[in-house]
Amino acid sequence: MNLERIVCGFIPLVDCAPLVVARELGFASEEGLDLVLEAQPSWSAIRDKLAFGDLDAAHMLSVLPVAMSIGLGGVAMRIDALSVLSVNGDVIGVSSEISQRMQGLGAMRGENPAASVGQALIAAAPGRLRVGVPFPFSMHAELLYYWLSALGHEAPRDLDVRTVPPSHMARAIADGEVDAFCVGEPWGSVAVDSGAAEIILPGSAIWSFAPEKVLAVRHDWAEERKDSALRLIRALWRAARWLGEEKNRLTVSDLLARPEYLNQPAELIDNTLSGHMVLSKAGAPVKVPDIIEFFDRAATFPWRSQAAWIATRWAARAGIDRDDAVAAARASYRADLYREALQPVGADIPGASEKLEGALEVRTEVASTRGEMFLGPDRFFDGQIFDPSKLD
Amino acid sequence: MDNAILKIAVVEADRDRALMIVDGLKDAGNCDVTVIGDASGLERRLADLSPDVVLIDLSDPNRDTLEQLALASAPTQRPVAMFVDRTDSGATRSAIDAGVSAYVVDGLRKERIKPVLDAAIARFQVFSRMRKELETTKAALAERKIIDRAKGLLMKAKGIGEDEAYGLLRKTAMDQGRKVADVAQSLVTAADLLS
Repeated sequence: MNLERIVCGFIPLVDCAPLVVARELGFASEEGLDLVLEAQPSWSAIRDKLAFGDLDAAHMLSVLPVAMSIGLGGVAMRIDALSVLSVNGDVIGVSSEISQRMQGLGAMRGENPAASVGQALIAAAPGRLRVGVPFPFSMHAELLYYWLSALGHEAPRDLDVRTVPPSHMARAIADGEVDAFCVGEPWGSVAVDSGAAEIILPGSAIWSFAPEKVLAVRHDWAEERKDSALRLIRALWRAARWLGEEKNRLTVSDLLARPEYLNQPAELIDNTLSGHMVLSKAGAPVKVPDIIEFFDRAATFPWRSQAAWIATRWAARAGIDRDDAVAAARASYRADLYREALQPVGADIPGASEKLEGALEVRTEVASTRGEMFLGPDRFFDGQIFDPSKLD
Repeated sequence: MDNAILKIAVVEADRDRALMIVDGLKDAGNCDVTVIGDASGLERRLADLSPDVVLIDLSDPNRDTLEQLALASAPTQRPVAMFVDRTDSGATRSAIDAGVSAYVVDGLRKERIKPVLDAAIARFQVFSRMRKELETTKAALAERKIIDRAKGLLMKAKGIGEDEAYGLLRKTAMDQGRKVADVAQSLVTAADLLS
């Protein structure tokens, strides 16, 4: 069979797993696709190569297609998110020095760890807190700003935010360039492993169901090569379903550990996938709930309400028209193509394309095409609820 | 600011490459070029320097830091944006092919950027060709070494000559549809495990 070549860029992170599995386990070729994966050195490189046609598709930060479609940042262009590749997966870490000051002020326990740990962090900061994030348009930055602002420390205004590539995060904290960071795994664990940092909170403690990475393509590409886009969505959905099965975990760790993908020890990767993380160099692994999700709770569905949430945050920050931003954001999360691709194969798809964000305290059954779908919890740590239909 | 000297920052860790770029830019016109070799504290260095144009390798991971500068909000900071000429997709295309990205301060006229970008593209093209040649040579050398080791192993184990040993590797590779170097690598790995 003659396979159609699709070149997809990725950044070596645990959450590129669906792409690796789609290629290596044959889910892409079953859809007639030769999914070629090309590692990229930075988010800027991925964005530019996608925009200028060097890549057909990309592993992308969930915020980036929204930002590009609104016209923020270096390259403005309509970029579509075909599906979500991963939910959660970020961790917040601090330097050993900050961690020592925080000790006794709070830890990863209690009813609402995000609030107590956040207050301890604000109290422990030696002046303006310097925080490293991998990219300005990222869920890392959104979680960090949401968290600290809700605790009365207005972010990013009262922060010194530095952009540091994920693989440089351990070095940046060891060199004293930043006091804290929010980064995707395995780079938080790598920093802990190096002895320079301690993990104080998983991102999921701030928003328990935050879209982290998406499968992105140019809007024009999705229109012109719609059939390829639909096949890509199906291949990634099957890969995510396979990833969601516990028995496959060790295989995934081994696959991702390969030099051409993460080139990191399989044990380190397995820590993230199993939710067992070593938070400080001397510490024992602890179980972190909801550390990363690929499939369960409709994790692959591109919720337009999440795109709208991202847009409202950015519109306020950049001082641009909110309604225009939200409209562009909604259009960029292609719930329509997702349905078209997956309805024929009998996938369970949510009944709606928008939902209240943050309303579910516990796992809850919701309306879906097969009636077997559960969503939640999807709480924000401060109990706020985002209603996309009431943007006033 | 049209007649002022153009202030250019080149972010490049390799000293020789940096010097070549500086030479190329000097030929292109009236400009003041600063090389930033150490990327730690890049944001602060750039803020102090306040350049009109920043040139950086497209594959440099520190590019993401420049993205932060595009969002500069303080009045003393000047926002920069990646240079994309929508009226001339050829220029953008050749910059990407050469592996160079240019960040340009807001409001700078296109005519002033063009010679700088052209000079940078020319230099970067030379680098990417040199890099490709080096990689190819390195890979070929590594393959040769592995094949030599595998030949040695076969000669010793089977008591055969060098030509015969190579012939065996070649035949196995052809039968299995693999590269000779891959077959040699498997043999060497197996021998290392067994020794």
